[in-house]
Amino acid sequence: MTNPLTIHRGALLLALLTGAALTAPARADNLAVPQLPAYQQECAACHLAYPPGLLPAASWQRLMANLPKHFGTDASLDAPTLKTLSAFLAANAGTYKKVARDPSPPPDDRISQSAWFVREHREIDRATWQRKSIASPANCAACHTGAAQGRFSERDLRIPK
Amino acid sequence: MNPLTRTTTRTTARNAAHITRASALLAGLALLSAGPAAHAATPAELLAGYTAQAGAPAQAARGQQFFTTRHGREWSCASCHGATPTAGGKHASTGKPIGALAPAFNPERFTNPAKTEKWFRRNCNDVAGRECSSAEKADLLAWLMTLKP
Repeated sequence: MTNPLTIHRGALLLALLTGAALTAPARADNLAVPQLPAYQQECAACHLAYPPGLLPAASWQRLMANLPKHFGTDASLDAPTLKTLSAFLAANAGTYKKVARDPSPPPDDRISQSAWFVREHREIDRATWQRKSIASPANCAACHTGAAQGRFSERDLRIPK
Repeated sequence: MNPLTRTTTRTTARNAAHITRASALLAGLALLSAGPAAHAATPAELLAGYTAQAGAPAQAARGQQFFTTRHGREWSCASCHGATPTAGGKHASTGKPIGALAPAFNPERFTNPAKTEKWFRRNCNDVAGRECSSAEKADLLAWLMTLKP
């Protein structure tokens, strides 16, 4: 019978040999996704490159179909980029466990209006949201210092004055 | 004209044609091999392009005026980039930091024609509800290029 440890070591070696990243198992607060340079370049110019897993596929589809009118701004893309990013979002949509559990689109397709988001942030009062240093629930990185790397744990949380 | 001079003239013309063809080939090769960098440009080249399209010289003062005033909508360019975009700005709705816009303070700016056009298209639409004209783009860029450390 094969020793499970041997398999584990073999897999580790394989990962090292192939250059694959050794990532920790996905946790609720770790939402790192495969990086796509175009996603960073196009979307993160104006806001965090939100982990695609935070919205269901139907929401991403609607958002991508309406980029010229994207929450009050023109975020239009050329056709090839639109296609690439739409495919990437569709492939990675809804993986966050709370979205997977309830994949109904949030109001306005806004991550910040998802029931889980509102619940997770219920202790943040209105005055805190309105601080200049925070400005908007879209500004994850204002408090979640590891947001750009997909880290949203409380350990990486620092609410600015 | 003596025969020798005529020959020399003809030879020079032929050489010039060769040189032109050779440099065209060289430029073509450079385009092929450079990949995305083939689209690199300088702010001065982009300004020259917009000025040529506009058919009139750019006016930096007019560019500053356009940048700092509103055009019937909620935001001006300065709402996100700051009134003097020599330092970083902040996206007016998301709070995301935006790098300095003036090329002397951010060497990446205005070096990619497609990127420049994309942002003019989006941002003029947000600020003015329409695309900007070549003359407006030339004015804006001319003003941004006057900002020096």
